[in-house]
Amino acid sequence: MLHKEQNLETVLSEYKKEQGSLIPVLQRAQAIDGYLSKPVMSRVAGELGLYESDVYGVATFYTQFRFAPLGENIVKVCHGTACHVSGAEEISDSLCNHLKVEEGETTADGKFTTERVVCLGCCSLAPVVMVNEETYGRLTSDKVKKVLDKY
Amino acid sequence: MEDKWRVVVGLGSCGAASGGRGVYDALKEGIDQRELSAILEETGCIGMCYNEVLVDVIDPKGRRTLYKEVTPEKIDRILDEHVIEGKPITEWISLSEGVVTEDDAFLKDQKRIVLRNCGLISPESIEEYQAKDGYQALERVLKDMSPDQVISEILDSGLRGRGGAGFPTGLKWRFAAQSDTKPKYFICNADEGDPGAFMDRSVLEGDPHSVLEGMLIGAYTIGAEAGYIYVRAEYPLAVARLKIAIRAAKEHGFLGQDILGSNFSFDLKIKEGAGAFVCGEETALIASIEGKRGMPRIRPPFPAVSGLWGKPTNINNVETLANIPWIILNGAKAFASLGTEKSKGSKVFALAGKIKRGGLVEVPMGLSLREVIFDIGGGIKEDREFKAVQMGGPSGGCIPAHLLDTPIDYDAITATGAIMGSGGMVVMDETTCMVDIARFFLNFTQAESCGKCTFCRIGTKRMLEVLERICEGKGRMEDIGLLEELSESIKTTSLCGLGQTAPNPVLTTLRYFRDEYEAHIIDKRCPAKSCRPLLTFTVIEELCTGCGLCAKVCPVDAAKGKKKEPYTIDQALCTKCGQCLAKCKFEAIRVE
Repeated sequence: MLHKEQNLETVLSEYKKEQGSLIPVLQRAQAIDGYLSKPVMSRVAGELGLYESDVYGVATFYTQFRFAPLGENIVKVCHGTACHVSGAEEISDSLCNHLKVEEGETTADGKFTTERVVCLGCCSLAPVVMVNEETYGRLTSDKVKKVLDKY
Repeated sequence: MEDKWRVVVGLGSCGAASGGRGVYDALKEGIDQRELSAILEETGCIGMCYNEVLVDVIDPKGRRTLYKEVTPEKIDRILDEHVIEGKPITEWISLSEGVVTEDDAFLKDQKRIVLRNCGLISPESIEEYQAKDGYQALERVLKDMSPDQVISEILDSGLRGRGGAGFPTGLKWRFAAQSDTKPKYFICNADEGDPGAFMDRSVLEGDPHSVLEGMLIGAYTIGAEAGYIYVRAEYPLAVARLKIAIRAAKEHGFLGQDILGSNFSFDLKIKEGAGAFVCGEETALIASIEGKRGMPRIRPPFPAVSGLWGKPTNINNVETLANIPWIILNGAKAFASLGTEKSKGSKVFALAGKIKRGGLVEVPMGLSLREVIFDIGGGIKEDREFKAVQMGGPSGGCIPAHLLDTPIDYDAITATGAIMGSGGMVVMDETTCMVDIARFFLNFTQAESCGKCTFCRIGTKRMLEVLERICEGKGRMEDIGLLEELSESIKTTSLCGLGQTAPNPVLTTLRYFRDEYEAHIIDKRCPAKSCRPLLTFTVIEELCTGCGLCAKVCPVDAAKGKKKEPYTIDQALCTKCGQCLAKCKFEAIRVE
């Protein structure tokens, strides 16, 4: 993860003079809270001399940016081609059943947020799930539940 | 260093995902406990992902023994029997001189240029890269070659862009070199976005310096003073290793001011992508580095004339750049001697899907698809029937069995309706539904369309709707014609490669697997038994032992019955999730 201890002020002062720094600033800002709140985006716009609508336009263009708080752990289920033909849909179903959420949602206790991603690049281990920065491969509907129990 | 044993653990993303870190820690503890002088190291991807975790044991004479499927439980024997007693454990060996294994076939037909150091050196050590002739090509270029000479060499080599489009690299460099506006920029495109492709990730994780060296040579050639590596944020390990490599290159004087006393200076930064497939397109990538929405723009002007911040810019893909130092050191002739008339050198492929030996392979151009999939990849898992290989990701297509002898060659692959692409090769067997695959890719391109061109934005949406209804058994006969018409319109009216190629997965499956579309539409049947809404799950009474496992796993209580008597499945409740099928130990669930 990026440096959590860094607050928005340091990020902004670091990048303020750099050309085209909006995306790295948003990435750093998101690393602080796990998502981009409205006040944070306004602050970024003000400091970088951009319209708020521009900042929002850029943030919503890229899938990396989130606009709601995250759970404690983020579970990314890979739906790349290799995972798709190896049963990624079953993994997603099993995981969502187990956590009692829909894909993209956060569990009631705030412990997990699930997310559907395009490709994690570990195709020969398909199907693959990534929890935070840890990747788990060759999963089955049962194995994925055991992976979650570790957290 | 020569008189010590070395134990090397493969810790690319695949190795780490298979538990490589645990093996590394266990080895560290085992070595410490036994007070051995053996050196423990880590390396990048060697390509045999199907055998992870891989551990290389190198004896003091430099003889290598590669162990496969290593777990923490296996390390005691490796250390005690091999490192201490000098007796390799034959049954665990994947590769070793003098030992014949199944894995020999995996490497036999490969030609490793781009992957020359992957899995052999520590990606975090510039010294190990230098020991493999690293940065000597840069030195030669800066001392003895003019930019024009470099361009001629690359042109003579026949190297074409490995990102997918296959444009001659030497020509691209010449265009950028001819622009006289300053400053110029040199960008490495590491935004590997095709689902099913991981070549660039493995090169960046396994041998980042080869990419830096290629960039430096290119930057010198076109006269660029600054550059960027635009890398996917989804590749944290690649980003971390690039940062280490850049720092080391600066410390050793290969990057920064007045490189190797040549007056050539180059400053390099990493830009992390933020998740947008379209940013693989050059002008979209440039917009993204500028901090804007990554939307392509009309060309000309081409980036070589007006690119990043309106200045001349050259963009090459990771694999293209990793080839450059090899070409300089070994000569254009050596490179051009490999391959076919118009496709020279080698190509890296990520083999995945229903294949026995999935992983990363590099083969000389001209080898046939059959040789790659069956000789190197070992054929289809569980010896099922080969159905198709998907090449080129969302821009490519599915190549059927009768075209397996097609050579790896830009033009020959294009003739099949697919494209060479960046190197993803996803193998499919009889259980993969081709209509579902077309739907899968359209779902992808529809979501990733930036929205600028109407036909790409709305046309892909309409195509996806049609494909979804066919997969649900609600297709109409006129749908096939509608798909063809929409495909043609999207291809001809989209600005960038994303839209121009988005219909390819549909067109190739229609061309080679039209019968599957018709089975879905006319018979409401999915021949691959993959589209769930078209399946019925029933219990085969004679085989059912009444164990009740199906009822236990059924999420909607559709499986019912009394213990020790045949169960039944209530079709009105069944959601066709397939969990009963997966769980039944007696093969008593029938799918039709």
